[in-house]
Amino acid sequence: MNPVLEIINLHVAIDGKEIIKGLNLVIPSGEVHAIMGPNGTGKSTLAYTLMGHPFYEVTEGDILFKGESILEMEPDQRSQRGMFLAFQYPVSIPGVTVANFLRTAINARRRAANPEDKGIPIPEFRKLLKEKMDYLKMDPSFAGRYLNEGFSGGEKKRAEILQMAVLKPEIAVLDETDSGLDIDALKIVSEGVNALRGPDLGVLLITHYQRILNYIKPDAVHVMMDGRIVETGGPDLALHLEEHGYDWVREKVENGAAA
Amino acid sequence: MAETPKVISRAERPAAPSQAFSFTEGMLRPQVNPKLEAYRRSAWQTYQSLPFPTTREEAWRRTDLRKLKADQFRLASNLAVEQPVPADLLAPLADSQHGGEIILSSSHAKVTLAAELKAKGVIFTDLLTAEKEHPELLAKIMGQLVRPEEGKFAALASALAENGVVLYVPRSVVIEEPLHSLYWGAGEKAAHITHILVWLEENASVTYLHESASPADERDQALHAGIVEVHVGSGANLRFVELQSWGENVWNFTHERGQVERGGNLDWIFGAVGSQLTKNFSTLDLVGEGAVGKMSGFYFTDRDQHLDHDTQQNHLAPATTSDLLFKGALLENSRSVWQGMIYVAPNAPKADGYQANRNLVLSKSARADSIPGLEILTDDVRCTHGATVGRIDQDQVFYLLSRGIPQREAERLIVEGFFEPIMQRIPFEGVRQRFQDSISKKMDLYTHGN
Repeated sequence: MNPVLEIINLHVAIDGKEIIKGLNLVIPSGEVHAIMGPNGTGKSTLAYTLMGHPFYEVTEGDILFKGESILEMEPDQRSQRGMFLAFQYPVSIPGVTVANFLRTAINARRRAANPEDKGIPIPEFRKLLKEKMDYLKMDPSFAGRYLNEGFSGGEKKRAEILQMAVLKPEIAVLDETDSGLDIDALKIVSEGVNALRGPDLGVLLITHYQRILNYIKPDAVHVMMDGRIVETGGPDLALHLEEHGYDWVREKVENGAAA
Repeated sequence: MAETPKVISRAERPAAPSQAFSFTEGMLRPQVNPKLEAYRRSAWQTYQSLPFPTTREEAWRRTDLRKLKADQFRLASNLAVEQPVPADLLAPLADSQHGGEIILSSSHAKVTLAAELKAKGVIFTDLLTAEKEHPELLAKIMGQLVRPEEGKFAALASALAENGVVLYVPRSVVIEEPLHSLYWGAGEKAAHITHILVWLEENASVTYLHESASPADERDQALHAGIVEVHVGSGANLRFVELQSWGENVWNFTHERGQVERGGNLDWIFGAVGSQLTKNFSTLDLVGEGAVGKMSGFYFTDRDQHLDHDTQQNHLAPATTSDLLFKGALLENSRSVWQGMIYVAPNAPKADGYQANRNLVLSKSARADSIPGLEILTDDVRCTHGATVGRIDQDQVFYLLSRGIPQREAERLIVEGFFEPIMQRIPFEGVRQRFQDSISKKMDLYTHGN
């Protein structure tokens, strides 16, 4: 499989302070990769940087999406090309309904591909939205609610997966999508992600806990520590971390650094 | 003769010498009805006795008139500027067929009213016709709510109103189809002076939309001074939409009061996108037990527009309810002022008052002042208020960008979302569309970092 995402010697700073310190990662299309690690190791910084948040400055290295550097691209261009970030804390947009927002997003994509595009016909949009919402077991009234406003934790995360289903990205970064979810919500969200898995989607799943990996089986697990990937393995690496914690990785890194 | 107030020496900051209108007593339109004649004469005396407003007065502290070239204005009827009314202003604003329509200027009016409404005793006509055909009614209802003493411009409009609208709905008459009027005020240096009277007797019901507009391409100043008096009788129901679409050369001054009797209901909607400067006083008087008044305001300013809305919700009887929401967005060097007050009288227990003003400041040099106020003279009331001045949240923008929505569209979406609570309060697609259009038009002007 061709890599859909390649991160090469990435260095990222916030206000001049380096957070990511030479990170390398390749995600082949069709695979799900998990990044695990203790708090404060730069996992969310990586997620925001991939999507082009203006606070995060790439000081060195490159990010290639489908072989093309995206560093000069605005977040909307990255999205239009097929990148997606499911936020850990999705913000609410008061007064803008889920349906209105999604239609605007679809039309922006269509117009980016073809400036002459007249936008998705309403019946086609309704059908698409209904299909995806049924899929995620969402109540039809959800479409008329203001985006993320007054949503429960589970509803917010489901709304993120709904957006992913509608926008059909080629790489999806899920930032702590499991945080704050009870087991039922976690199952629904995981089923949603699993249903979207396929040869044309790569997933980078950022998580603090192994729990979500019981429901979304990764092809590879990476451990991130102090701004770098320090350990890579198969799904059993996650189980090992669950059982033994991160100390052994830390020791290994420190010994390695000393050696 | 009315007493002339003492002139207090203000040597440290003299008013500009041009701060005087050139209107004269000879401009008063003679009235056959003695009460109306007396009303106008007395208003003229009051007008002469009141000083030109300056920022020393609390009500005018934030709205400076020194750039108003007051002496150059001529009564619009004397200038007789002919300018066709743009077709889009003539389109129905309410969704259904209109039951009556008036297109008027300072000296002309084209009036239509459904025959069945006429048969029921409904009067919907221009002021000049009403003076001829219904002088007794006018004498009864005119000047009952807005007094000339309330200010220089109230007195001016009381004395010199050149045209206006009179809507009278007799007892228990329910009008299903909305009524619509448009005042078209063309002419640079013109003074448009209007008086709108809406009077609903007991259990009457109507929806009425009034718009004031003028050409967008005029440059030299024009003036509008207006009075709006609204009476909602016991158990009556009025939905009243006012659209202010003056060209950006117009200095607009209005005094408005809606009075609601026992069990009556006034749903009052203001939309302001025009004028160079507006100073609007709008007062809601809930005078009968169980009266309900709702005030909703939409404004969107750009360039160096200055809109100042002064609202007052007076609970003057028990168990009255008021609900005010004004929302505005500001661009470029524009400025808005909202100053609101909820007053609950000692004899008005169980009052429920709400006021909120929300502003979205889109440009660095735009400014919104928001000043809520409560004056509660009895126990057992529920009054809440809120005022906010904010900017576009960059986290919201990033979220929308991350979904492929370009910056401009993201911002427009956020602004539309901001106004959504006001749109929700407007039951007419035509009016909502008008506001949406002005949002789109103004957001096209929006550039970053200005």
